[in-house]
Amino acid sequence: MSSIAIAPRRGNAAGLLVSSGQIARRVLRKFVRSPQLVIVGTVQGAMFLLIFRYVFGGAIALPGTSYVDFVVPGFITTGVLFNAMYASAGMAEDMSAGLIARLRSLPIPRSAVLIGRAVADTGIQVWGLAITVAIGFLIGFRLHGSWSAALAAAALVILFGFVFEWVFVLIGMVAGSAQAAQGFALIVFPFSFVSSAYIPVATMPSWMRGFAENQPITVMVNAVRTLTQGHPAEALLGHPTSYFVVRSLIWSAGLIAVFAPLAVAKYRRG
Amino acid sequence: MSFTLEAAGLVKRFGKTPALDGLNLTMQPGQVMALLGPNGAGKTTFVNLVATLLHPDAGTLRVGGIDVARKPAAVRRLVALAGQSAAVEPTMTGRENVFMVARLFGASAGDARRDAAGVLEQMGLTDDADRTVRTYSGGMRRRLDLGASLVGHPRLLLLDEPTTGLDPRSRLELWDVIRSLVASGTDVLLTTQYLDEADHLASQIAIIDHGRVVAAGTPRELKRRAGRSVVEVRVRDLSALERVAATLTAIGDGPATIDRPTHSVRVALGAGTERVFAALRPLDDTGIAIDEVSVRQPTLDEAFLALTGAPKENVT
Repeated sequence: MSSIAIAPRRGNAAGLLVSSGQIARRVLRKFVRSPQLVIVGTVQGAMFLLIFRYVFGGAIALPGTSYVDFVVPGFITTGVLFNAMYASAGMAEDMSAGLIARLRSLPIPRSAVLIGRAVADTGIQVWGLAITVAIGFLIGFRLHGSWSAALAAAALVILFGFVFEWVFVLIGMVAGSAQAAQGFALIVFPFSFVSSAYIPVATMPSWMRGFAENQPITVMVNAVRTLTQGHPAEALLGHPTSYFVVRSLIWSAGLIAVFAPLAVAKYRRG
Repeated sequence: MSFTLEAAGLVKRFGKTPALDGLNLTMQPGQVMALLGPNGAGKTTFVNLVATLLHPDAGTLRVGGIDVARKPAAVRRLVALAGQSAAVEPTMTGRENVFMVARLFGASAGDARRDAAGVLEQMGLTDDADRTVRTYSGGMRRRLDLGASLVGHPRLLLLDEPTTGLDPRSRLELWDVIRSLVASGTDVLLTTQYLDEADHLASQIAIIDHGRVVAAGTPRELKRRAGRSVVEVRVRDLSALERVAATLTAIGDGPATIDRPTHSVRVALGAGTERVFAALRPLDDTGIAIDEVSVRQPTLDEAFLALTGAPKENVT
């Protein structure tokens, strides 16, 4: 172990762009190099989609539309929640491994760590979205609206992913360990199942319907559903596309306004 | 010339419990200082304050003359932290880890590549630089973590219990690395529970207990303060221990301590070794069978106990 003179320190620390970029690169590398995550995530998504399509789907008759066209937008949208569980586990792991302490002691903008992670996790969301859409088309899902509306739906799903990033990163920091974070993240189940994602809310008991109709996931799923399915979906759900899109955007803005500052404050306090 | 580190009346509470309770400490440039203390003494809290991970509740703390509470961003350019756990990404290679931290410290991609190679060489990790860290041993991870904190050319390197949990060989290797850093001119503040570690690495030791510095000085000074020499008598028969202890207490600086498992009694002498003969003469007269008598310098272990009064089981 020879001692090597290191050049004297340069004056400027990394700016927001470089530091966020380095953090994002690390999160993406970790994802890509953890084959168990990539493969298990993909197989699990495909399996559930097949089960819903072919096991439950036969028992659910919908007026004016097929079940596969109904359920794939639900899967695409709720997939965002399940992928976000990875973000909370990753953040919790970084906290407990001391990596966050190291990063907080570096002369970089404090927002860089969260921004870098949000960018990378959004990239992971895009990957998840692409897989679900591909499997959806394979099992019979078709667009019944315009291509531009379908692209708007994809943009909305990516926005929802960014929204839930802040919720789940906060959960990860509060949980403190990856296992606890997984436990806390179980709240995705009531939100995804007690919604219009997999079955129409009309069949639920009235007390449950009150929650299902007014919670953000239902609005988001219906926005994606009406954008990709056009008139049949609008007729089934009883509202025009714009009704759901506007409400999903309001929910998104509200969730970000609450959870992003909370996550930043939690990160600053350590 | 400003102090590398200057703490005055530093207080940090967690809820109502004070982790630091009016800590005063100065560190001159060109030093390796060891903070020595039992678990919960406030060592890690102090390091985290210096690294700007925590804000002090009262008192002042300056690094290189810069106030930590007022200009944390400027302080972050001067210090680098290697914490208790190796904060490296297991799915990235050693080189990728160091490169990332170099970039975060503001190096251009080219400089970061060169600095990373230099640091990996310095840490003895060149041959393993392109393997993912999950294949590294614990000692290699610690060395990589140390390298990652060095790549930003810190003025002050903070090492929080750098060798905790390492096997003896990895520990010696890490000591070598730390010594070579010191030789190349980096100031180091390290915390440790291991007295021999402080003794081997540090030019200055501050003993911390209950959030305050209870003693500070060079290892030699601290040992001297625990008494100038120690007389240790080993008897053949356990029943004689009490009588020997009474005799030694009469001539020692403070009460003699009995260590039953080794059949021995120890006492510190305040003055020179001439008292040793005075101590042994009455023992000779008692006719107790004595196996061994030794006179030696106090260990840092004894100095620590004498200065803190901490129960021994808290100190490794």
